Amino acid sequence: MRLLNRTAGRISRHRRGRLAGVVMLMVGLVLTGGLYTVFAPAQADSSESDAALVAEGRELFLVSCSFCHGKNGEGVLTEGGTQYGPSLAGVGAASADFQLGTGRMPLTRPGQQVAVKPVVFDDDEIEALSAYVASLGPGPAVPDEKDYSLEGLSAAEREEAVTRGSQIFLTNCTACHNFSGNGGAMPRGGAAPNILGTTPEHIYEAMLTGPGNMDTFSNGNLSPEEKRDVIAYVSQLREQPEYGGFGLGGLGPVSEGMFAWLVGIGGLVGFAVWIAAHTTRSTKQPSKGADA
Amino acid sequence: MSIDHDQDVTRAERSDNVPAIPDPGLPEHTWRPTDVDERLAKRAERQVATLFGLSSVCVLLFLVSYFVLDVGDNHTTFAGFGASTVALGSTLGGALLFIGIGIIQWARKLMGDHEISEMRHPARSSDEDRAATLEALALGAEESGIGRRPLVRNSLLGAVGLLGLPAIVMLRDLGPLPGDKLYHTVWEKGMRVVRDVVGTPINKADLEIGDLVNAEPEIVFAVDEEGEHVLEGVELQVAKSKAAVILLRMDPSDITPAKGRENWSVDGIVCYSKICTHVGCPISLNERKTHHLLCPCHQSTFDLADSGKVVFGPAARSLPQLPLMVDEEGFLVAQSDFTEPVGPSFWERG
Amino acid sequence: MSVDTSKVADTNAGTAATPKKPGKAGVVANWADERLGLGTLMKKNLRKVFPDHWSFMLGEIALWSFVVLLLSGVFLTLWYTPSMGEVEYQGSYNPLRGVEMSEAMASTLRLSFDVRGGLLMRQMHHWAAMLFIASMMIHLLRVYFTGAFRKPRELNWVIGSLLLLLGTLEGFTGYSLPDDLLSGTGIRAADGFMKSMPVVGTYMSFFLFGGEFPGEAIIPRLYTVHVLLIPGILLALIAAHMLLLVYHKHTQWPGPGRTEENVVGFPMLPVYAAKAGGFFFIVFGVSALMGGLLSINPVWKFGPYDPTKVTAGSQPDWYMGWPDGLLRIMPGWESHFWGVTLSWNVFIPIIVMPGLMFTILLMLPFIESWVTGDKRDHHLLQRPRNAPTRTAVMVALMTFYGLAWIAGGNDIIAIKLHLSINQITYFIRAAIFVGPVIAFLITRRWCISLQRHDEQKLLHGYETGIIMRSAEGGYSERHLPVNEAEAYTLTAREREEVWTPGDRTDANGVPAKRGRLDGLRGKLSTLMYADNVQPVTKEELEAAHHHADHEHELQASLEGQPADGHQFNGHHAVDGEDLRGDH
Repeated sequence: MRLLNRTAGRISRHRRGRLAGVVMLMVGLVLTGGLYTVFAPAQADSSESDAALVAEGRELFLVSCSFCHGKNGEGVLTEGGTQYGPSLAGVGAASADFQLGTGRMPLTRPGQQVAVKPVVFDDDEIEALSAYVASLGPGPAVPDEKDYSLEGLSAAEREEAVTRGSQIFLTNCTACHNFSGNGGAMPRGGAAPNILGTTPEHIYEAMLTGPGNMDTFSNGNLSPEEKRDVIAYVSQLREQPEYGGFGLGGLGPVSEGMFAWLVGIGGLVGFAVWIAAHTTRSTKQPSKGADA
Repeated sequence: MSIDHDQDVTRAERSDNVPAIPDPGLPEHTWRPTDVDERLAKRAERQVATLFGLSSVCVLLFLVSYFVLDVGDNHTTFAGFGASTVALGSTLGGALLFIGIGIIQWARKLMGDHEISEMRHPARSSDEDRAATLEALALGAEESGIGRRPLVRNSLLGAVGLLGLPAIVMLRDLGPLPGDKLYHTVWEKGMRVVRDVVGTPINKADLEIGDLVNAEPEIVFAVDEEGEHVLEGVELQVAKSKAAVILLRMDPSDITPAKGRENWSVDGIVCYSKICTHVGCPISLNERKTHHLLCPCHQSTFDLADSGKVVFGPAARSLPQLPLMVDEEGFLVAQSDFTEPVGPSFWERG
Repeated sequence: MSVDTSKVADTNAGTAATPKKPGKAGVVANWADERLGLGTLMKKNLRKVFPDHWSFMLGEIALWSFVVLLLSGVFLTLWYTPSMGEVEYQGSYNPLRGVEMSEAMASTLRLSFDVRGGLLMRQMHHWAAMLFIASMMIHLLRVYFTGAFRKPRELNWVIGSLLLLLGTLEGFTGYSLPDDLLSGTGIRAADGFMKSMPVVGTYMSFFLFGGEFPGEAIIPRLYTVHVLLIPGILLALIAAHMLLLVYHKHTQWPGPGRTEENVVGFPMLPVYAAKAGGFFFIVFGVSALMGGLLSINPVWKFGPYDPTKVTAGSQPDWYMGWPDGLLRIMPGWESHFWGVTLSWNVFIPIIVMPGLMFTILLMLPFIESWVTGDKRDHHLLQRPRNAPTRTAVMVALMTFYGLAWIAGGNDIIAIKLHLSINQITYFIRAAIFVGPVIAFLITRRWCISLQRHDEQKLLHGYETGIIMRSAEGGYSERHLPVNEAEAYTLTAREREEVWTPGDRTDANGVPAKRGRLDGLRGKLSTLMYADNVQPVTKEELEAAHHHADHEHELQASLEGQPADGHQFNGHHAVDGEDLRGDH
């Protein structure tokens, strides 16, 4: 049952709860065929609509991004010669989709760590901006859902994918993002973010494009299947129960030590105070014989 | 009050230390409500019994949880937790705590609570006992002749002392001598650099600038004609623990060329040992833009664009670099083994 | 000094427990006594007196958590396999199924997922281990801050320190047994620590691991150390610790009727036995609750140890955090000479410093008694404020420990407080030298101020908070004398004298030769005692009372009025209610 839920969950980024996954799976199965026929003709004049999308993206770009990235996305250098906003030629739609879709861009303040903020643009605007950025130079495209979904695999294959993903995750990702995906510290105030709340699409894009100081895991480095497996494992991490109780932030021995002192020793010392405390006293004397 | 009449005691006599206020003595005993009011005592009794009863209820719940909640393949979950552990822990904890609290409550409310006084005795023995002991010791020494016959005494001491040697020598076979094992890894000329976990070779064209690959020597995954792994068990673990590398492709212009290492990189692809030179943790926390590699154990930071030099933290030595080249099929291979021992420093390293 | 026994309701010289007709229990007791002769021993100890104070129960937490450790540990051994033989995991935790791992890790996963209550016991064991060491530390602090380590208890201090050391080692060996990624990283770091040792480093490493790291011997060897060697020594030392406690009898706080010659409290049977027994269940229960509700060491997320993998947040358990922190802040110093390498950057923080700190800990009672020249027995405790320098020494050591501890968690602190690990490291590099000095100075002055406050309270009474207006219009706060019991408690401490070199004579009155260290000892003794406030003398007290009588005359008209201040010391009630309890 859980396995089914997990798989179904990958259909949608906006999955809510476990049952929703099942419902979505049913809805998806019923509608897939029908919807395809409806939207298939739209593909015919795609080039035309693409151009319109790019133009729309450019408008948005000039308003929101060009201050740092330049009017043509060529990047802006500060007087000191360091990059103010990098050139966007060749970063690809995937990069733009990630930066905008996770609320990292537009940036309010440059610094070591790009803060994650509420998303500014809606889905259509992000699509337009991504299309515009993609038009600046060849770069990784926004991944397709089938790139990171385990759809179409047998149960055994899925299990194998999660297992392989766990090993790739532990080799390539835990060093920065920690064993449970909770993130970790990087030099000079930087940090690898928590990735448990990141959508599969954005994780895929992050691996492809290396946002901020992250290394890239291009398809030549980590194959698309391997990326899919990593995402499957992250989903597993997110969805599997906490077998041993509250996870204490999933940060390892530091938080465990804190709980040992605050909860354990704190609680036991509290008990000790209670045990040794004097009970209330009465001003009366016991009647004869009562306390023989 | 036992003042040790040691020469060292130069402090004033204890009489000086008599408090300015005379000891008023133990205060009058006061009674608890439960001592004077049988009704309250009965209530406390019921309280305690209730606590013990709650404990029994918890034990029952524990047993139910044990048999009802599944572990293993059909792990029962509850509110996102492993139900078995949480239920067993809470019920066991409850059962124990209720007994504990009940007993304490019993002691606090119902058991007699008269404080009583007991006299102390100095830890030292009485003078007579001391004298008798010393006499016995002297007599023993005298009768054994240990003082008069130094030859017997000294040869015994020597013999017993030497018994320590077998005890130490017998530990010799705990492990082999280090020899030159720490100086070499399984890397050798022409050995392919392959991706960790999956074991596929890496074509230099596979990598884009900014890519970081956690890699291994090919032999770690190699199989012989019969399909058996070439390295297995301990051998494999030892090989991996020294030969693990990270591969990084950066803009060739970013690399600060070091003397003698000009041809160690291939199109901006550099290869370094993954084993920290501080105490040996594997490191792969790389900052793409600065090429700084951070160790998660103690935060030593190395500059991979500049021969792996230490830029921060407790490590003293640069990360060893593996010289790279490309074989005829375009795959990345090692030019040789590392030119220095990998991992933490050791005495004989020089 | 005579003890007023009239108020002692029950003494140990009660009626002998000889029922007229032995019941069933009596028969059993007779049977046992005729063979073991326990009667005499039991008679002495069954009503043995233990004083009651919450801080006396901290060591008990350690004792009971050790019992929890023994019980849960035995359970774990029934399934755990201490082997590094490689197997393919086929248990019920899906994401690792098919992964090669050691039998140790596979059996740990089996315990966690396929044995009912196994994960609970694993977690209880781990939490209890943390509580064991933490409670030993707070017990040690209590003993030190109150001066309970002084003669005749120095040896028990030494045993206690050994227990702390062994407990830490026991914890580290246990942490390593599951052979998961985190523990393996810990063992690997330990290999690096050993290799930093001059001359013998590599040999130690090869002998311990049975060859080159990781080998296949370390887990079985650590297992033997963890379940047999160290617990055996721990048990023996705990027994010695308890026997000495019983022999010396517990220390107590000074107070009316509580002197150096007696011990006042509850008898072993029934009250103390009940309280101690009850506390055992409470410690056990808290361990169980923590084991069931708080996840600790989720090895399935770490995965099996693989020498090529690592995770962010690689930390040891908290008790190893401080040397790990020292490792982190140590600059990268390494010397190369005569063809050898000496890694100061590893050797100093992880090999030298723990040894040094432990030696300091062990020597504290002996250093103090050397400085003060005090060779008398002490059974009455001192409040920390009444030994300002001693208190300040421990606070300085704690500051050092705390700063090293912070350094050990610098990466977690960095992400949680949005700081830079580099800045934290630079800060602690300086603070670890400056912090303890500042802590020492502040604590010492603070203690002396508190002593002065006590003296004021004794001589001039306590502040009632009642402001009086005199006929002339002047305002003053009303002070009332503290009650007799409290006044006695405040004065019941010893007068201290600075040890000065050169004033010693031997038995014949000839001045003794000045020792080499006498100058230092004199200075330390000055530091120890010279600034302290000495207990009030009879004359001071009389003078103060005389002054107070005068005041009281002036204030006499207030007495008996609703707000005369006496409602605070219980002399009369306000609105029929005791504002302060009468005990």
